[in-house]
Amino acid sequence: MGVAGAGALAASGLGFDDALAKSTQIKQKLRIEGAKELHSVCPYCAVGCSLVAYTRAKSNGTTELLQIEGDPDSPVNEGRLCPKGATAMQLAVSPRRVESPLYRAAGATRWQKMSWDEMLDKIAKNIKSSRDATFVTTDGNGNTVNRTEGIAFAGGAAFSSEEGYFATKLMRGLGLVHLEQQARV
Amino acid sequence: MTNHWRDIKNADLILINGANPAEAHPVGFQWFMRAKLDRGAKIIHADPRFTRTSAVADMYLRIRTGSDVAYFGGLINYVLQNNLIHDAYVRNYTNASFIVKDGYSFKDGLFSGYDASKRTYNIATWSYETDSATGFARRDLTLQHPRSVFQLMKQHYSRYTPEMVSSITGIPVADFKKVAELVGQMGKPDKVMTIVYAVGLTHHTTGGQLIRSGAALQLLLGNMGRPGGGMNAERGHANIQGNTDHAISWEILPGYLRIPAPGQKTIADYVAASAPKKSDKNSWNFFGLNYSKFMVSTLKGWFGDAAKKDNEFAFNFIPKPASNASWMSIYDQALKGKMEGLILSGMTAASIGPDSNQVRDALGKLKWLVVMDALPTTSSEFWHAPGVDAASVKTEVFMVPTTHWIEKDGSFVNSGRWSQWKDQVLPPEGQARHDHWILADVFQRVKKLYQSQGGKFPDPVMALTFNYKDATKPELDEIAKEINGKDLTTGKQLASFALLKDDGTTTTGDWIYTGSYTEAGNLMKRRQGVQDPKANDPTGIGFFANWAWSWPLNRRVMYNRASADLDGKPWDATRPGITWDGSKWVGDVPDYPATMDPHDPASWLPFIMNGEGVGRLFSNSMIDGPFPEHYEPVESPVANPLHPANSASPVAFLYDQAAGRPNRFGDAKEFPYIATSYRLTEHEHYVTQHVPHLVQLQPKAFVEIPYELANEKGIKNGEQVRVSSKRGKLEVAALVTKRLGALTVAGQKVYQIGIPIHWGYVGLSADSDPGKGRYWLANALTPFVGDANARTPEFKAFLVNVEKL
Repeated sequence: MGVAGAGALAASGLGFDDALAKSTQIKQKLRIEGAKELHSVCPYCAVGCSLVAYTRAKSNGTTELLQIEGDPDSPVNEGRLCPKGATAMQLAVSPRRVESPLYRAAGATRWQKMSWDEMLDKIAKNIKSSRDATFVTTDGNGNTVNRTEGIAFAGGAAFSSEEGYFATKLMRGLGLVHLEQQARV
Repeated sequence: MTNHWRDIKNADLILINGANPAEAHPVGFQWFMRAKLDRGAKIIHADPRFTRTSAVADMYLRIRTGSDVAYFGGLINYVLQNNLIHDAYVRNYTNASFIVKDGYSFKDGLFSGYDASKRTYNIATWSYETDSATGFARRDLTLQHPRSVFQLMKQHYSRYTPEMVSSITGIPVADFKKVAELVGQMGKPDKVMTIVYAVGLTHHTTGGQLIRSGAALQLLLGNMGRPGGGMNAERGHANIQGNTDHAISWEILPGYLRIPAPGQKTIADYVAASAPKKSDKNSWNFFGLNYSKFMVSTLKGWFGDAAKKDNEFAFNFIPKPASNASWMSIYDQALKGKMEGLILSGMTAASIGPDSNQVRDALGKLKWLVVMDALPTTSSEFWHAPGVDAASVKTEVFMVPTTHWIEKDGSFVNSGRWSQWKDQVLPPEGQARHDHWILADVFQRVKKLYQSQGGKFPDPVMALTFNYKDATKPELDEIAKEINGKDLTTGKQLASFALLKDDGTTTTGDWIYTGSYTEAGNLMKRRQGVQDPKANDPTGIGFFANWAWSWPLNRRVMYNRASADLDGKPWDATRPGITWDGSKWVGDVPDYPATMDPHDPASWLPFIMNGEGVGRLFSNSMIDGPFPEHYEPVESPVANPLHPANSASPVAFLYDQAAGRPNRFGDAKEFPYIATSYRLTEHEHYVTQHVPHLVQLQPKAFVEIPYELANEKGIKNGEQVRVSSKRGKLEVAALVTKRLGALTVAGQKVYQIGIPIHWGYVGLSADSDPGKGRYWLANALTPFVGDANARTPEFKAFLVNVEKL
């Protein structure tokens, strides 16, 4: 609170707590009036700080993210956030997002936009082709091994757990042995 | 973590090694400070750099990177020589009393069974002498038998004198002795110490053993399983824990079940080779006993009706790897021309490295690369990185825009194993799609191709269960229920993994999560936190049992049977884990049968997941030795003071050498300085390159140079320097600092250079500089070699040269 605020407090004759409560009330009314309160978890390190996110539906049908702050109820962070968590809004809403699927052909010097349908078809064809080309049914000792040697999958530290589990299930279903995420690196 | 973040407040002494929680996990660090401020706990920080963690520590020790086995080994020696161990705990709760087979030895840096031509050990002698009648291990509870684990351990660590520790680590003898005195108090039953670490311990060729050495010390002091104790890994990404649990990892299936190996034809073969074996009459061997139930229920969950008793529950649908298939192996295979395609999701190989230039070459040898990410990465852009001729790169690259964490629900699991559910806050931005919807859609398209064209062994692709309302858009709620598992007879969600069966009547996706989503609903959503501490944490110990859900079975401290003595009384009544009340165990969710009377002579030993039933001071589960031993990093300026002839790990896998590629390791003549790498508070790899406020806080790449070395070289703060290793170079600003300094190691003066990893040719910093080439990748310097067991790259200890530009 600045000097002017302190002066106003003294002049009003109100106790500090009452004045703070009043100003907080006004501020919150302006900021999150009509907002929806949702719960999230910080996307950065694995302390697992809980977040409270406030959103508002706009008349054009979009959702506006008003505020992200530490969740005071969490036994992990008790409302606190570090510089990364405190700027999570700039990760959540960013003009730098990749806007559409992009494709770069072998030897090409630039990206080209591609439809989702075409891209997913191309990826599926590549997976099938590489799987068929590098699949080993039986190894040199006559053991059934049923493995895809020529495709690798890596990632997941930013996945929800359920997505990560789903990725494991699908990749093992395709026979992958090269499976990795950030635990080692 | 064996324990959890809030539990650190319960410690009397906190050892921090290979970590900088004040900067890398700042909000978690409040619990270290609560221990210090509320209990008078002492914090000891051993780190190459003096950081903000050191600034509030009671002792800071400048340690040479990668030498922590010597530090913990010296502490082990001190507590053994001075009889400061927790005697009852060591005798009854560890394998100190187990007798090791005749023939085990350790000489000149090599354990028995070494084969130099293969760089591997035959571990036959690293096991117990067994009783021929029972097959169980022989024990000597007096701990006097010369081949008891206790005596062998005492002998092994007798070499780690304070002087030897100092010679290896660079920590002055007097400082080490002070630490040893403080640690030596922690074997008293009413005292408890925690060890907290991060990738500063794991990123070494001896990474696994660095952690084991700390864990062994904790067992000797009786600190495992207790509130305020344990071995606690601070993990670096929001859900690295959850996705390790769910086995996006080559060597495991969900819940840390081992991936089957070639030659195993049946579930019985698999279990015989994978499950722990009971080695004491009082060992429950819970994991070993139930291994087949967990595996069969997983197969049943994945392959549904195609998994039947008469086809070994489709065991042959699970791929069986020929050899290691971890992170570096992916790029090694690509360099050999054997890897056609790579899918990267939220992970950028080019920045991560190690040896980013070699990894970039590997990416260029792929046929195709799929990058699933919300923002561009150094991997999606590798083909037109500075210095790369795009036309010569034949890799087909797909940039697939995905949603952010805030645009989907699902759980994140923190370092303390707390699985916390989050809401979907925003709808997907623009055209972005959820990762799991992309994977589901691609999988369905692959399936259609197999249906129409046929191909190699399509059976598992056809059989994989998709019990979701929309096969291309599964809900995370549906998947969470699948992970928990159900009883196929009743159709009900299971409440515990103890209910899983191996007859095909139950399913699970990950047995350690069974109990997270029961008939009572999704327990990961629970929110009874500090808004009402009296109701939600009545003992004040910090369990908050109805906040979210932690695996296994909502247990907050693992191995908690060891928190109580033989009678079931807590070692320290003020910090109980679980307590025997005469008829049942109360407190935390017991890691033990809920009503097993500890006075019953047939009651189980405390560590129910081990075959031994007790904590292992000696173990044949690691390929590089049954006791942790100090080995030098592959690149080191000194020979190992303990055994110069066998200086570095004799079993670390040398990828380039094995593949016949030229040597990429440097020596101290050309590269005289030790370097280590780390993260800054404002950084997360590598997405924060796109966050404006964080880039403003850390706008440009730099390296930290010790003040004395900068003076020797005439480098002033802010001047440009070249830091080079055998593999690559950085040309960035020097931050000249007294936080780093000279060490005396093996009688030589050595310097350590600090290298924050983050910057690269993608992101706001790079965009602000048109000549993006100035933004080098720090991991261009790091060596393509890793831990003997885990193949975790040696990011944290390598050799460089520094030149003023």
